[in-house]
Amino acid sequence: MSLLGTLGGTLQVAVIVGGSPLLLGVMRQVRARMEGRRGAGVGQPWRDLRKLAGKEAITPRGTTEMFRAAPVLLVAMTLVVVVVAPFVTTDSAIPQIADLFVVVALLAHATVVLALAGIDTGTAFGGMGASRETTILALVEPTVLVAIFALSVPVGSTNLSAIVGSSLAHPAQAIAPGSLLAAVALIVVIVAETGRLPVDNPATHLELTMVHEAMVLEYAGPDLALIELGSAMRLSVYLGLLANLFLPWGIATEVGVLALLGGVVAFAVKVAVLGAVLALVEVFLAKVRLFRVPELLAGSFLLALLAVTSSYVLA
Amino acid sequence: MSAVHVQLLNLSAGALLLSAVLVLWRRELVVIIRVFAVQGIALAALIAVLGAVQGSLELAVFAVGVLVLRAGVLPGLLRYALASGPQERRETRPLVNVAASLLAAAVLTLLALAVSQPITALAPSSATQAVPIGIAVVLIGFFVLVTRRRAVSQLVGFLLMDNGITAVGFLTTAGIGLVVEVGVALDVLLVVLVLQILTGRMREVFGGTDLDELRELSD
Repeated sequence: MSLLGTLGGTLQVAVIVGGSPLLLGVMRQVRARMEGRRGAGVGQPWRDLRKLAGKEAITPRGTTEMFRAAPVLLVAMTLVVVVVAPFVTTDSAIPQIADLFVVVALLAHATVVLALAGIDTGTAFGGMGASRETTILALVEPTVLVAIFALSVPVGSTNLSAIVGSSLAHPAQAIAPGSLLAAVALIVVIVAETGRLPVDNPATHLELTMVHEAMVLEYAGPDLALIELGSAMRLSVYLGLLANLFLPWGIATEVGVLALLGGVVAFAVKVAVLGAVLALVEVFLAKVRLFRVPELLAGSFLLALLAVTSSYVLA
Repeated sequence: MSAVHVQLLNLSAGALLLSAVLVLWRRELVVIIRVFAVQGIALAALIAVLGAVQGSLELAVFAVGVLVLRAGVLPGLLRYALASGPQERRETRPLVNVAASLLAAAVLTLLALAVSQPITALAPSSATQAVPIGIAVVLIGFFVLVTRRRAVSQLVGFLLMDNGITAVGFLTTAGIGLVVEVGVALDVLLVVLVLQILTGRMREVFGGTDLDELRELSD
């Protein structure tokens, strides 16, 4: 455990926990402006969280400990990823865990926990949402693994810090066909996994189309606040991984006030720009039919597989 | 071969493969033709890079010829064949559905990788390393040819195969002579012209180009 890693881990928690609701606010604001509305302001998600946290905790009758533990588990698993993954600094606080497979497994586990909580309520919506979410997850998880694996082939290690360090040292790798295909595949699955358009509409509560919202429909008060915070953190984590794996410029490689400050600012700017672009593109997209989603994800899996093939072949 | 050349060669090979996959992925025939034109540009770029590496004027001329024929003339002809009939805009029901054909393309790519190992092992270089991609494009083109129903998308499948064969030819042999190359190009052009007229006739007589419905004899 190095000093840089420890400092980075601490900073990353502060930046992502504090910043991810703001990222959500920025994305909603961009969408509102594009639709000709004034929007509620960038700080609105934080105000919502504060309001929810101040309410009384209520759980539906008949639910078990799974329902109560799920929000905490979701936030906790995401927090582990936030601490170990290379977002602000190239070193990791716990290098053994900053591994591709561990990070993807933790992120997938958080989704599984939410799906279990959705089933636990015993309502039609919870079960339906959980079923849809696991269908999507079953296609998303291998794609994420294979796409990031394509990047780890030239490096020879599945450690995320090593991958980021290597793409920092060889900038030309960013336009290798393997990296480009992997980037496209990763963008598609990130859109699917974080429940954005065209796979899921985060603003809707229409029963025919809900995926993520259907699972968490029974939550209220502080539990809902935790889930909203966890979902926002997951979005930041995925966008941060995308930004740093392919464009790691500005990340701190040494201990120093300026270097760390630069790392934080570069990370915030990259994620904010990615989020804004995502929101901008969403304005022009319609949700695809649920039955077309596997097609989209099969396509992105193919791209990820081609990425691995071409990074082996065109080495 | 310098690092920049290797990078450009790999990039154009990647674009070649990606456009073949996109043909399989998209349903709108107009989009398929546009993607095919992009593949023509990628193929021309591939040949231009090879020409720049070898300092060969002949390859540069080939690159321009490929660009004109495969990114200009052939897509134009296909678009003309499509525009003359009003009703067919989409590949509505391919024999194998899109998700399954994407997975099949993944298997075909791995197969291409496996069978082209001996070719690459003969003379390992950056150019021969891209040979599996050319073979994958040939296989994907053949897959499009046998699983799609519309005459236009089958035609695109045939042309994908030809693009793949051309790519493999240039990657392995650095050009197979001007006369042969021009002959092949004229052949392809002729085939497309004949098939385009045939498509138009089919549409006039039967009202559609779903080839599966034309198997049985009728009065």
